Amino acid sequence: MHYNVIMQAFGICVVVCPTLLLAVLGLTSLLGRPLSERSVISCTHAMVLIGLLAAVGMLGLMLATDDRIVEIQIGNWVGIEAEHFHFHVKFIFDRLSIPFVILTYVLCGTIGAFTSRYLHRDKGFNRFCVFLAFFMLGMVVSSLAGTIEVLFLGWELVGLSSALLVAFFQQRLNPVRNGLRVWSVYRIADAAFLIAALTLHHLTGGGDFTGLMGTEAWPEGHATVTANQALFVGLLLLLAAAGKSALVPFSGWLPRAMEGPTPSIAVFYGALSVHLGAFLLMRVSPLFALSMTLRMAVISLGLISALYAAITARVQTDVKSALAFASLTQVGIIVVEIGLGLYYIALIHMIGHACLRTLQLLRAPTLLRDYNMLENAIGDHLPQGNRLLKSRLPEASREWSSWLYVLASERGYLDGAIDAFVVHPFRTVFRWCDGRERRWTDLLSGGESRVSDQLDAQPEMMD
Amino acid sequence: MMKELQLPWLEFAILIPLVGSLAVMFVRDPETALKRTLVICALAFVCTAGAWLDFGRMHVFEAHDHWNFISRWFGEDSVVVDELNAPLLPLAALLYLLTVVSTLRTKVRRFPFAWILFSEAVLLATLSCRAQWGVIVLLALQAVPPFFEMRERGRSTRVFTLHMGLFIALLAGGWAMIDVEGPKSEHSIWAISMLIAAILIRSGSVPVHCWMTDLFENATFSTALLYVTPMARAYAAVRLVLPISPDWALQSIAIVSLITAVYAAGMALVQREARRFFAYLFLSNSSLVLVGLEMATPIGLTGGLCVWLSIGMSLAGFGLTLRALESRTGRMSLEKYHGLYEHMPGLAAFFLLTGLASIGFPGTVGFVGAELLAEGAVGVYPVVGMLVVFAGALNGIAVLHAYFRLFTGTEHRSSISLRARWPEKIAVLTLSLLIIGGGLVPQPGVQSRYHAATEIIARRHVAPSRPREHQAAQAGASSTSLPIRKPYDT
Repeated sequence: MHYNVIMQAFGICVVVCPTLLLAVLGLTSLLGRPLSERSVISCTHAMVLIGLLAAVGMLGLMLATDDRIVEIQIGNWVGIEAEHFHFHVKFIFDRLSIPFVILTYVLCGTIGAFTSRYLHRDKGFNRFCVFLAFFMLGMVVSSLAGTIEVLFLGWELVGLSSALLVAFFQQRLNPVRNGLRVWSVYRIADAAFLIAALTLHHLTGGGDFTGLMGTEAWPEGHATVTANQALFVGLLLLLAAAGKSALVPFSGWLPRAMEGPTPSIAVFYGALSVHLGAFLLMRVSPLFALSMTLRMAVISLGLISALYAAITARVQTDVKSALAFASLTQVGIIVVEIGLGLYYIALIHMIGHACLRTLQLLRAPTLLRDYNMLENAIGDHLPQGNRLLKSRLPEASREWSSWLYVLASERGYLDGAIDAFVVHPFRTVFRWCDGRERRWTDLLSGGESRVSDQLDAQPEMMD
Repeated sequence: MMKELQLPWLEFAILIPLVGSLAVMFVRDPETALKRTLVICALAFVCTAGAWLDFGRMHVFEAHDHWNFISRWFGEDSVVVDELNAPLLPLAALLYLLTVVSTLRTKVRRFPFAWILFSEAVLLATLSCRAQWGVIVLLALQAVPPFFEMRERGRSTRVFTLHMGLFIALLAGGWAMIDVEGPKSEHSIWAISMLIAAILIRSGSVPVHCWMTDLFENATFSTALLYVTPMARAYAAVRLVLPISPDWALQSIAIVSLITAVYAAGMALVQREARRFFAYLFLSNSSLVLVGLEMATPIGLTGGLCVWLSIGMSLAGFGLTLRALESRTGRMSLEKYHGLYEHMPGLAAFFLLTGLASIGFPGTVGFVGAELLAEGAVGVYPVVGMLVVFAGALNGIAVLHAYFRLFTGTEHRSSISLRARWPEKIAVLTLSLLIIGGGLVPQPGVQSRYHAATEIIARRHVAPSRPREHQAAQAGASSTSLPIRKPYDT
């Protein structure tokens, strides 16, 4: 009983810390009174430290008491009793969520410390920290979510902060365009997630994971839906995960996201955000046991993404893009592991990969200096790859490799395909409709109906 | 017997701006007119908020004013507060107040104070009226201020007049037929079709939506904003169409509204100018409200009513931000980047907050409503539910697209300060508090909308001209499965 109370306190503390951080940084910014850089850093450090200690304390207590699952019931955020509609807020600490939440705190803390120097006196420092707080809250909530609605809530926060941080250098055009691209992919993925959540609500009468996957601790749950239902919901969730983790065919946004500042790239696309899709698949893993088709779809998607990223990474001309595709390769393999049912291996792989990639991405801006140091230390140039093998390849294979090279350097034409088959037709159809509307209103008005057409002729009124 | 409020809140709320519009009409000094309009709008807001609080304290489904002097002339249902309109009245008054508050001094010479107060009085009268003919006449009156304003500005009023004329003719004609047919369980297809057509025109449903973009093109932003954001058409749909329409009629409205929601979301993405973009964004979101209202299931209807409030708040705030930008830089193109963030970070944050609230982003007032709406839609028609979510996704992309175009992408150079002024900050902070507060503590709002929804459903298929006791008996009989009246039994 005594341990239970302490665990509840720890659990609440883990969630409250990033919430408080966001409230302080967000409200002061909204009121036009942002905190000083020193105060922002102090707040971030304090909240990360308290949250991390609480998470580690929770892990220690769970190990000591041999509890495999601890539930923190906050209650019904919204409830309509007569309609059996509940928006239940519940957080779960288990073998999946605890490592992920600790990883979140460790990496966000590291990034916070790194940022205090990297963006020192940058005029966007406060904005960056607000977005980082958004992200940390989103990650903590997603990791600990005990219901699919709460998971969706965190998922959305991660998506928004991600898109805004890609566009962090907002006075330049490319970051902004890429931020919008990332957001667009996320919105489609979020739509799939929301439909899956609503479907699950209807199938099981609520969004609680225990109602959905059984009361056993992860990963031993048993889904309570039929095989066809599992396939339908699973495919929607796979689509959502593919969007969030940049799996094929959504991989195009990952190198675009490298426009953001280095700390956010490291924590988002090297470490946490890019793994969130895989985390979702692990959370709903009991669904895969019900449908072999779904399992095969997960494995295939992971395999295709890993192969695509492995090939593409080899021809990238900048270190961050190469690292982005290297990340995607590992995420693809993690998804394959999940499809094969190797959940613990996938979890360990994810944690190890996140830490390594964060380090690599944080070191990326100083890569040439690092290489120089290494070459000075060994007194020779670093090896440049195996050219001998390439020269011994038969002619046909060389043609094949040239084709593969072009394909990889064009990043599999994925962005081009989405533009050609989705964006362009969409824009053409709606621009055509806009033109028809113009003719219709011109006809009704008996002349030019759109004042906005002369927009460029209007001088700015006050400048 | 309907219970009485402690004071004649509603009548005061209507009469104060009505008399005020006459008083302000003859004021020549725009600064004085602004101050007086502010006071009048504030008083109207206090009265509507008083009515809401007073009504909430009584725990009944409906109530009327204390002395009820307007009702003596126009009938018992002419000024009533009930579960449906209780929060809508202060919201409408607040939107007027904030619009006036956030009007910059550089704009006061062209601001139509008298018309604004007149339209506020008419809107508050519409939202407090339950008598069908009263609603029809007041809806017709609402079209008068935008019409005269466009004429004064020398703009073509033909698109607006044509649509609104058709709307009023169909609405009045349809209701006249309903009246002639008398109380019966199912009215003629012609009468119902005319009512549906009228509501679809006023809602700006595809393909009769062009009046809305035309209004934003030709009227001042404030007039267009205040004409559409309180969503009087949704009120007309609930008061006139929902109680008497058969299921096929509601389904037709829901399907057309859904098509409109998706179409307008797509159109918002290809607009080249900020006002037109706003018009389509609003059209898409407000069509989702109608989808919820016409589903006529408790969850769907609750979702629709919640989204009605959240859209009213968030898109009004979004519109006010755009208006603030326009007042500094003129009409804004979305074909180029403006990079205004550095000059007005507060307005940029508010633009994003209100835009995200309109799409039901977590933590904002729109989140639970959007969830309920999608939940209700999936429950009735799974494909419809998916389209609701799809429209929301497109709107989300459109909001961030506009944000990036207006506030980022380049460095805006200006020789004067473009920062938000104090009145604008007050408007922004008030709406921000409501949006975030409503998002963090949604239960009271949802509970109140659920009660309204169940009452509306219970009153469906009750002939409009039957005696009240008979209606209540039927409502009770038709809602035996719904535990809706328990807290309100009087």
